[in-house]
Amino acid sequence: MTKPIRSRIVKNGKGTWGPMKWALTLTAVLFLISVLILPLLTVFQTAFRNGMAAYTEAIASPDTLHALLLTLLAAGVAVPLNVIFGFFAAWAITRHSFRFKRFLICCLDIPFAVSPVISGMIFILLLGQNSLIGGFFMDHGMRIIFAPAGIVIVTTFITCPFVARELISVMTMQGTDQELAALSLGASPLQMFRLITLPSIKWGLFYGTILCTARAMGEFGAVSVVSGHIRGETNTLPLHVEILYNEYHFQEAFAVSTLLVFIAVVTLVIKGIAKAMAPKKAVRPIFRERQDSLS
Amino acid sequence: MKISVSHISKAFGDFPALNNVSVNIASNALVALLGPSGSGKTTLLRVIAGLEMPERGSVIFGDEDVTELAVQKRNIGFVFQNYALFPHMSVAANIGFGLRVRNEKKSVILERVEELLSRMQLDGLGHRMPAELSGGQQQRVALARALAMRPRVLLLDEPFGSLDAKVRKDLRQWLRTLHSEIHVTTVFVTHDQEEAFEVADSVVILNDGQIEQHGSVPDILHHPSNEFVRDFVGRQSAREIRVSRAPATVTM
Repeated sequence: MTKPIRSRIVKNGKGTWGPMKWALTLTAVLFLISVLILPLLTVFQTAFRNGMAAYTEAIASPDTLHALLLTLLAAGVAVPLNVIFGFFAAWAITRHSFRFKRFLICCLDIPFAVSPVISGMIFILLLGQNSLIGGFFMDHGMRIIFAPAGIVIVTTFITCPFVARELISVMTMQGTDQELAALSLGASPLQMFRLITLPSIKWGLFYGTILCTARAMGEFGAVSVVSGHIRGETNTLPLHVEILYNEYHFQEAFAVSTLLVFIAVVTLVIKGIAKAMAPKKAVRPIFRERQDSLS
Repeated sequence: MKISVSHISKAFGDFPALNNVSVNIASNALVALLGPSGSGKTTLLRVIAGLEMPERGSVIFGDEDVTELAVQKRNIGFVFQNYALFPHMSVAANIGFGLRVRNEKKSVILERVEELLSRMQLDGLGHRMPAELSGGQQQRVALARALAMRPRVLLLDEPFGSLDAKVRKDLRQWLRTLHSEIHVTTVFVTHDQEEAFEVADSVVILNDGQIEQHGSVPDILHHPSNEFVRDFVGRQSAREIRVSRAPATVTM
C-alpha cells in the first residue's frame, strides 16, 4: 500500500515540489541571516566603526586585558577541575552500582536546572562576608565573594555537568564488555584504562571539555552576581562588555565582544573537528538536546 | 584442566541468580550450560571466569583454588556474546592483545597471531578492522583472541547467539573440531538444546539458579532426572539428535 504512494512523491519531488523546496530553503536562509548572521555582522561593524586604531585601543586597554586574563584564569581552573571530576563521576556512575546513584545523577543537573543568577546568589549566601565560611576566610584576610576566587568557584559550579554528562552517555553506550575482555586477557586495570577505555572515550572527553571551556569563558549571570564589577579586579570579559555598554561606550563594548566571538568561533571549529573525528556512535549523547535548550 | 565448582551462591540485589550450585567439569571436556533465560547459566560461566565474584562457594582449577583470584590472573579465555572486540584495533592487534599486555616479544606475538589467523581461517584479514568483518569472522577473531595466551580453560557465552541460522550450523561442527584439536577444557552457555546436544560431550541443565541435571547427552535424553528436564528436552526426539551427531568430517 504505502510503497507506490511514497515512490510517487519522490518522483514528483523534482517537478511539482520544486518551487516548494526553493521557498522552504529561502525561508530557512533568510531566517538564519536575520537571526544569526546579521547580529554577528553588527558586532563587527560597530567594533570597527571608528577605525582600526580605536578597535585595537579598546582591545589593548589595561581593563580589557585584565578581564581577558581573569576569564582565562576562571576557565583555566574550572575546566581541569571539571574534567577530573567529570571523569570520576562518570566512572563511578557507569561502572559501579551504589546507593544514591540516581541522586548523584540528579545532582549533576543542578547547575543546568537552577537559573545562573540564583546560583550566584547561593554562593553569596554560602561564602559571603556574613556566612560562616566566608567569615572565616575574611578573618584570615581572604575575600571570596566580590573577588577572583568567587568568580573561579562559581564558574566551576556552573560548568561542572558538561564533561560528566558527556562521558556518562559515551561510557553507558560503550558498556563494560570491552573492558572486561581486556581484563580477562590479562591486562592490569591501568593497561585496561590506557589501551581500551581512554581510546574509546577520548573524543567524548574532548567534546565535553570544549563545551565546558566555552561555557566557562562565556558565563555571565552567576559570575555577574558574585563579581561586584570592580573594573581591573573582578571583571571578566562578558562583564566588561556589559559595563562598557552601560556607559555608552558602544564601539569599545563591541570591540571587546569580538574577542568572545573569536573564542566562540574557535570553539565551534574545534567542536566540529572533534565530532567529525569521533566514531559515529560515540558522540551522540542522549542529553544533547536538553543540554542545549537549557544553557 | 579440571574445573570444580562447589556450593556457589550469587545474588543480584534481591534476585538469587545461583543457589548452592556444585558441578565438576572433567579435564579437556566440552560442556554446555543449558537452561532457559534467567536460569543462571551465564552467571555461572562468569563466576568460573572471575567476572563475577560469588557470595559463597569456591571455584577450583585443577588443584588451585581460584575463588579469590582476579579475572586477569586466572588465565582463562572468555568469548563474550557480542564478541567485545576492540573496535580501534586491527584484527591482529585484537588477537595479540593478551600477549602484548604480558610484554611478550613482538616477534613472538606476530608468530602466534599468524598461527591463529590461519587456524581460524582468517588468513589475510589481520590488517582489517573488526567492523569490516562479517559476524562469523568476528566470532572467530574473538575465539582467536581468547586462545592466544593458551588459556587453562575456554569459556564462551552464547557463542552462536548473534549469528544467522546457516552460519550457526557450520560453526557447531567447527567448534567441535577445534576443541578436539586444541585440548582445552571448554564450557559454553546456550539456551538452545539442539545446539547443546549436538556440540557438547556433557550438558549441565540449569533452572532457577540450580542445577537440574548434569550428564552425557544420551544420559539426559534417556534418563531425565526430573519433570523439568523431561519437559525441557522433550521437545526434540532422541533419534533426531543421534543422527545429527554423526562423526564430523570438517577439515581445517
